Amino acid sequence: MISQPFSRRGLIGVGSAVMGGLMLSGCDRLAQAPSLLGLVRGAEGLTRRSQHLILSGQPLAREFKASDISPTFKANGTLRPGGETYAAMVANNFATWSLSVGGLVARPFKLGLAELKALPARTQITRHDCVEGWSAIAGWTGAPLGGLLRRAGLLPQARYIVFHCADDLIGSSDGSGLYYESIDLLDAFHPQTILAHTMNGAPLQVPHGAPVRLRVERQLGYKQAKYVMAIEAVDRLDHIMGGKGGFWEDRGYEWYAGI
Amino acid sequence: MSDTTIRPDAIAEAPPAKSGREVIFRHSLVVRVTHWINVICISLLLMSGLQIFNAHPMLYWGQYGADADKPVIEMVADNWRSPQPQGLTRIGGLTFHTTGVLGVSGGEVRGFPAWATLPGHRNLAVGRNWHFFLAWIFVINGGLYLLYNAANGHLRKDLTPTREQLKPSHIWRDIVDHLRLKHPVGEEAKSYNVLQKFAYLAVVFILLPMMVATGLTMSPGFDAFAPWLLDLFGGRQSARTLHFICANLIVLFVIVHVVEVFIAGVFNEIGSMITGRYTIKTRAH
Repeated sequence: MISQPFSRRGLIGVGSAVMGGLMLSGCDRLAQAPSLLGLVRGAEGLTRRSQHLILSGQPLAREFKASDISPTFKANGTLRPGGETYAAMVANNFATWSLSVGGLVARPFKLGLAELKALPARTQITRHDCVEGWSAIAGWTGAPLGGLLRRAGLLPQARYIVFHCADDLIGSSDGSGLYYESIDLLDAFHPQTILAHTMNGAPLQVPHGAPVRLRVERQLGYKQAKYVMAIEAVDRLDHIMGGKGGFWEDRGYEWYAGI
Repeated sequence: MSDTTIRPDAIAEAPPAKSGREVIFRHSLVVRVTHWINVICISLLLMSGLQIFNAHPMLYWGQYGADADKPVIEMVADNWRSPQPQGLTRIGGLTFHTTGVLGVSGGEVRGFPAWATLPGHRNLAVGRNWHFFLAWIFVINGGLYLLYNAANGHLRKDLTPTREQLKPSHIWRDIVDHLRLKHPVGEEAKSYNVLQKFAYLAVVFILLPMMVATGLTMSPGFDAFAPWLLDLFGGRQSARTLHFICANLIVLFVIVHVVEVFIAGVFNEIGSMITGRYTIKTRAH
């Protein structure tokens, strides 16, 4: 007998209808079941390794002309960090701000804003892509991160660079909401990875991360940490804050944000 | 089930099972398996994609686009502070009232409604986790389909229109037949008709590759590697808009495809995509 018995096909039909119904009602629970989500998040490693493969030659992100700059650059996340310390720094035009470079380095140091601005700088007009889907183009000027790290002398075991920020995005009282980010050494030593103090030719404004924000041009917006206070070289990320390497990473977003 | 061991060519040569009917072997195992993996992938990619879209339910053209820039398509809520906000969808200069579906649904301000997104509630992180996981499976699955079917000649033999099928008179007759919901019988039913071939070729070689390409160009990492591809689409926001438009065209294809399956005989059609065997009427009724 070659043709299928009708009842078996009927069963398949009913079966798929039931499955479909179950899927819809259980969809949300299933979509966020920890074991399943663990598997799903495993794809991030595949994405990161694939992109490392095509980006290991350190190609530059597209740089634009001044005429391509967005008329309005949307400010997102924290627009003005709370707390008296930051308010005092704003009041004195960041004269008391200093950036500390430490962690797994041979020569930790601190740097004032004037000193940072006096360093050799790179200017780039690049596109900022927010994880939400929007994009904006602006010009950034700042000191390449690679230069600062070379000055500090990374120890051989250093694998990530962590950026500690002044803003607490959820306004926590215990500092558990302080913004932080981390990148690997491939991105840290990329020529376009800079600590930007100037935006579109003017000092970086408070909504955009004054006095200094990170630009890591081959990744999404949440990697571009604003209000940077300290840079720390580490060998692992699991002992810092939520352990996932960043404020948004601790809240479910991918650590590798090249896509 | 003794028949499961019969080889495809043996089935094709088998005598008709009943008078007026003939069973042919239509879909190889690879086509059947990749088809159903694709069904799952595309459904969930669509739903997780709408979750991602909802994070910023506006589409622009060009390199940049954010709140202050003019969108080409947007879903917004009017009077969103009031107890009864209205959902509006704007496409170009046209405004549509879409409360309950787009802009506002379930008493919430959101682009697409909860039943269409994965997960249902707003969670961009989980939507992205799923989208990229599924994208990998979709690409690997699609790659297997293409490699296998290019190698065994399925694409050339069964999906490429014949010279006869490309004649305007033939295409016209096929359009008329489709509009009259008339389906071929006998020898003609053994191969795909020309509109079917066009539709499958467009999906396999244009729409699905466009989804992958526009998706990749939304990645700032990939853009540093291949900026020319993004240039081809006219910028990052254009790529996002094209990604959305192509997704809509795929939904349109799926609707027509499923309607055709029902018209042509749902058990025979779905059965053939499960077992590989397809029953043909050898004469008109």
